[in-house]
Amino acid sequence: MTTVPQPPARPHPVRKAGWWARTPKAPYLFILPYLIIFLTFWAWPILSSFMMSFKDSRLGDTAPFGLANWSRLVQDEFFRTALRNTLVILVIQVPLMLSLATVLAVALNSKLLKAAGWFRFAFFAPLVVGTVAYSAVFRLLFNTDFGMVNRGLTGLGLPAVDWLNQSGPAMTVLILAMTWRWTGYNAIILLAGLQGISEDVYEAASIDGATPWQQFWKITLPLLRPSLLFCLVLSVIGTLQLFTEPALITNSGPGNSTMTLGTYLYQQGFRSFNFGYASAIAYTVAAIAAIFSVVQLRLFGRDE
Amino acid sequence: MTTAMQAPKDKAGVKARNRIKAFWLHLALIPLAALFLAPLWMMAVFSTHPESAIFSANPPLWFGGAFGENFRGLQADTNYLRALLNSVVIASLYTVFSMLLTSMGGYAFAKFDFPGKGWLFGLILATLTIPTFVTIIPQFIMVARDMQISNTYWAVILPTLANTIGIFYMRQAFQTVPTDLLNAARIDGASEWRTFWQIALPVVRPAMAALAILLFLASWNDYLWPLLVLTNKDSYTMPVALGTLIGLTRVSWGGIMVGTAIATIPFLMLFLALQRHFVAGIAGGAVKD
Repeated sequence: MTTVPQPPARPHPVRKAGWWARTPKAPYLFILPYLIIFLTFWAWPILSSFMMSFKDSRLGDTAPFGLANWSRLVQDEFFRTALRNTLVILVIQVPLMLSLATVLAVALNSKLLKAAGWFRFAFFAPLVVGTVAYSAVFRLLFNTDFGMVNRGLTGLGLPAVDWLNQSGPAMTVLILAMTWRWTGYNAIILLAGLQGISEDVYEAASIDGATPWQQFWKITLPLLRPSLLFCLVLSVIGTLQLFTEPALITNSGPGNSTMTLGTYLYQQGFRSFNFGYASAIAYTVAAIAAIFSVVQLRLFGRDE
Repeated sequence: MTTAMQAPKDKAGVKARNRIKAFWLHLALIPLAALFLAPLWMMAVFSTHPESAIFSANPPLWFGGAFGENFRGLQADTNYLRALLNSVVIASLYTVFSMLLTSMGGYAFAKFDFPGKGWLFGLILATLTIPTFVTIIPQFIMVARDMQISNTYWAVILPTLANTIGIFYMRQAFQTVPTDLLNAARIDGASEWRTFWQIALPVVRPAMAALAILLFLASWNDYLWPLLVLTNKDSYTMPVALGTLIGLTRVSWGGIMVGTAIATIPFLMLFLALQRHFVAGIAGGAVKD
């Protein structure tokens, strides 16, 4: 402790203690248990999988560093399929869900709404349902021969759809399932954002003759932007990691038409146990997530 | 200028127009709400009917009496009771330990100044948006090969304790605790631990309740990670056990619906009772700064 040079003596009656004595111990002790877990199971794996992506893990731990995984990735047809499917879902599902969530949040925030608690329950309830549970339910509901959805369609005089055995409809089922599960979650965040907007703003606008439509576009949406941005970033990262729904509802099929980056990574990492290649896929997901986040912040973030 | 009192002249007109608006609002929202509730309703109804009824030409829309029979079928297909027990233990342990770690860490970040604080917090912040895909492979190697703890509760719990959002959430919660309150306890001679445990924690109890519910639920429903480290039938959690049944041809759908209903309905009821806490937890994670 005394190896640290003391600060020059000051005209104080009591000598200043060394840095060890001056440094508070309590905060470090409070953080330590979390920090050990964080470094072991989060920070280190982030580094480790990056290094792993440069090793041919099938050659063992001592494999030399190289670009084998990355050059395979660039040429891998299955990877391209998984990437394309994931992006298609992302581009359709996220805007659909966030638009619906915004409209729902505005509706649920309306003072004209009666029994608001029950409406909230209806839209928010899916968020307590696990991905496995709701995947099972959706798989059953969209069953071609016996599913309730096709019964409903034929009951209305519409043709039944072979939902899970055609690529387009299978994709549609995934999108509908995810929208059912996550719209309420996003609506909660947006509702909190709405409640932060002062009533006075709307009052002033309506006195100035703004229609509700104009108020929505000119007041609500701009003031909701931080909440929307938060939802957008979270949704994009979540969708890029889509796994349970394609794994359990469509089995990535028919063919590989609903194979996502998540199910392909699972197959490469934990069916073929090719950790190096799976790490390269994982880091591609991280890179795409990072690019999306930056673009979203640029486009929709604060403009100063 | 705009604060002038609204002229009372068209009060009746506003009321009538609001009535029409309310009518359209409900007309649009009621079918949508029914659509959102339909999958949950069908899940509950199907869990009480034999497979023959579920796949009949006129599927039931109201409850039947085959819940017990379906449950026995489910239990025969997979040891569901054991899976439920595993899930309860894992989710409970995870919630307790995660709450302890994140509240201690959050407290330190909120209520202390210490060298390295900004740097540490920045490190955690930087990894917040990293997809979990990036970490699961090294985590799997650590847990399954290096630590050799596959098929144990700790295999599921340990890696998921590295919960970055929890730290942020608890830090925010502790920022509302007045520092004077803590200093008063210190002056009275309370140790740092007692100040934290007996003074600071009780103040943030509502926030902790909200976070605890969400952590429990996340662990209860987690699928991918337990799927990787639990390979033994007896150590399956509820989602893993159910997941193995979905897609098998000789498994009864009535049984699977019983499984999903048992896993889901207690939480729907809890949600109905504690909606405010759920909502506060989700919104609290979002509304920052």
